[in-house]
Amino acid sequence: MSTARHSPVRSIAAHAVLATYTIIALFPVFVIVINAFKSRKAIFRTPLELPNADTFSLVGFETVLKQGDFLLYFQNSFIVTVVSLFMVLLFGAMAAFALAEYRFKGNSLMGLYLALGIMIPIRLGTVAILQMMAASGLVNTLTSLILVYTAQGLPLAVFILSEFMRQVSDDLKNAGRIDGLSEYRIFFRLVLPLVRPAMATVAVFTMIPIWNDLWFPLILAPAEATKTITLGAQVFIGQFVTNWNAVLAALSLAILPVLILYLIFSRQLIRGITSGAVK
Amino acid sequence: MGSLALKNITKSFGQVDVIKGVDLQVQDGEFVIFVGPSGCGKSTLLRIIAGLEDASGGSVEIDGSEVSSTPPSKRGIAMVFQTYALYPHLTVRDNMSLGLKQAKHPAAHIAERVDFASKMLSLEPYLDRRPAELSGGQRQRVAIGRAVVRKPKLFLFDEPLSNLDAALRVNTRLEIARLHRELGATMVYVTHDQTEAMTLADRIVVLNGGKIEQVGTPMELYNDPANLFVAGFIGSPQMNFIEASHLSRGDARTIGIRPEHISLVPSGGDISGRVSHIEHLGADTNVYLDCGAAGLICARLFGEQNFEIDSTVHAKFDDNRVFRFDDQGQAIRQTS
Repeated sequence: MSTARHSPVRSIAAHAVLATYTIIALFPVFVIVINAFKSRKAIFRTPLELPNADTFSLVGFETVLKQGDFLLYFQNSFIVTVVSLFMVLLFGAMAAFALAEYRFKGNSLMGLYLALGIMIPIRLGTVAILQMMAASGLVNTLTSLILVYTAQGLPLAVFILSEFMRQVSDDLKNAGRIDGLSEYRIFFRLVLPLVRPAMATVAVFTMIPIWNDLWFPLILAPAEATKTITLGAQVFIGQFVTNWNAVLAALSLAILPVLILYLIFSRQLIRGITSGAVK
Repeated sequence: MGSLALKNITKSFGQVDVIKGVDLQVQDGEFVIFVGPSGCGKSTLLRIIAGLEDASGGSVEIDGSEVSSTPPSKRGIAMVFQTYALYPHLTVRDNMSLGLKQAKHPAAHIAERVDFASKMLSLEPYLDRRPAELSGGQRQRVAIGRAVVRKPKLFLFDEPLSNLDAALRVNTRLEIARLHRELGATMVYVTHDQTEAMTLADRIVVLNGGKIEQVGTPMELYNDPANLFVAGFIGSPQMNFIEASHLSRGDARTIGIRPEHISLVPSGGDISGRVSHIEHLGADTNVYLDCGAAGLICARLFGEQNFEIDSTVHAKFDDNRVFRFDDQGQAIRQTS
C-alpha cells in the first residue's frame, strides 16, 4: 500500500471499525464457549469470566457424550449438510452452465424463475412440504431434509454461478468442442475448475444455514434416529429445568465441524468474493 | 485436400441479421483472409464454418461434402483463437495431443505428430510446462501447434495476433506465413488489421454489415477497389475522398486519391489548402491539408519534409491513380 494514499489516522479508524464489528460478532460465540467449560454455579454467578481453577468443569461435555445419541445427531447433521451441499453445487452448477452457455427460448425467464427462491423464503411452504413428505412417506427420514435443503440452496447457487460462468472464456469451450470433448467433459473438466472460487463461496453460504437449521428437522424429522445436532441440543432445554452445561457444551461442539468446513473453503472464498472487484 | 464453399450463408440473432447472404469459394491450399470493421460478421462467419454456430440459412461444404450437421470435431478443421484458449490444467504436450486422443489415435502416432509440430514451432523446451508458465507469444505458438497436430483440411484463425504486442505480432505473422508455405494447407483467417491481411493473404474478403464488399488479391483491392468502403478500408493512411464538385473533374460524385499519390507543388495542382498538421514517421511524412469545403486531405511524402503550419500549399494528384465513384459509391472503372 502506498503511503501517499493512506494516512495512518484513516487506517487506524478503519481498523477500529472492523475490530469493533468483529468483537460484537464473536462475543456471543465466545460466551458460549467459555461457559461450556464452567460449572453450573459459575455460569450463573460470573457468566463473563474465563474459567479458572475453581470454576473449571467438563460436566457439560460429559453429559453430552454420555447421552449416547449425541454422536448419531452429529452424524445426521453431517450427512444432511454434506449431501445437500453436494447436490446444490452439482445441480446449481449444471443449471448455471445451461443458462450461461446455451441460447434457448425463455432462457432469461428461466433464470429469473430459478433465482426467485432467493426472495421467497422456503419456510412459507412448510405446510405443503410436510403434506408432500407425509404423502410420499418421507417423514422422519434424512432424505426429506436433504431434498428440502437442496431446494433451499439452489436459487442462490444458480444465481451466483451463472454470473461466474458467463465470464469463462467462450474460446476455451469452443476449443474443447473442436477437440471433440463432450459438453459434459467441457463442463466438468474445463469450466468447473475455473469457477472453483465461486463454488466455494456458494458452498459456505449454503452450508451454514443448513447446519444451523432447527425448523425443518423439528417438523420433518423429529424422530430419535433422524435428529440433527441443533434439534438434539434441545433435549437439554426442559420446560422447567434446563441443563445449561450440556446445552452450551453441545453448541460448542456443533461449531467445530462447520468451522473445519469453512477453513477448507475459506481460501477459495476470499478469491470468490473479491474476484469481481480486483480482476 | 481442403477446399471450402459457402453458399448463401445467412445468420440472424433474433431480429438482427448478422450475415446477409455470403457466397464464397476457397481453393485447396489457399490463404483467405476476412477483414472488416468490428461487428461486420467476420468472426460469426468463421464460427459457422467451424460449426460452433449454426447458420440460419445456406450451406457450408468442406472438400465437397456438406457439413452443416457435422459436429466441429468431425469437420476436419482446427482453430486458433484470439485468447489462445489453452487448457489451463494440461501441459503443452497434453494440450496439443488432446484432440487426437479424443479421436482415438494410437499413442505412437500422437507422439510423432506432437514431435513434428513442436519442432516446427520450436516448442520442444516447453512441452512439459503448463500454459500459465508461458509468455503470450509462446502460448499462441502452442495454440498454433495444437492446430498443426490435428493435420486439418482447413485451418481457421480468429484474430490470432490481436493479443500480442507489436514486435511479437510481426514475428508470429512471419511464422504463420512460413507455416502456410510448408504445410500448403488451406487457411481462413479473420482479422481487423489490414496490414495482416495485405501481408499474409492470397485473397482478401472484405466484409461490411454482413455482406461481402469485394473479394480479390491484396493488390487488386489496393489498385482497383470496387466501392468507397473497400477503397477507404484498404490502405493506410486512409484514401482521401473529395466531392467532385470541389474539383475541376466532372463525371463522378466522389473522387478518391491515396495519400501516397499526392505530391505537393508550389503552385498549380488540383487543390490548395492550409497545412494544419504534420506527422514525421522517419521514412515518410504525412501532411494534413485543410482544404476548406473539400475537407481535410492527407498527403504522404517520401522522406523527411518540412512545411510551415498554416502556410498554403498546392496538392497535385497522380492522374493514373485517381479513383472515381458514382452516386451509389460504386467505382467507375476506366474504360480505356
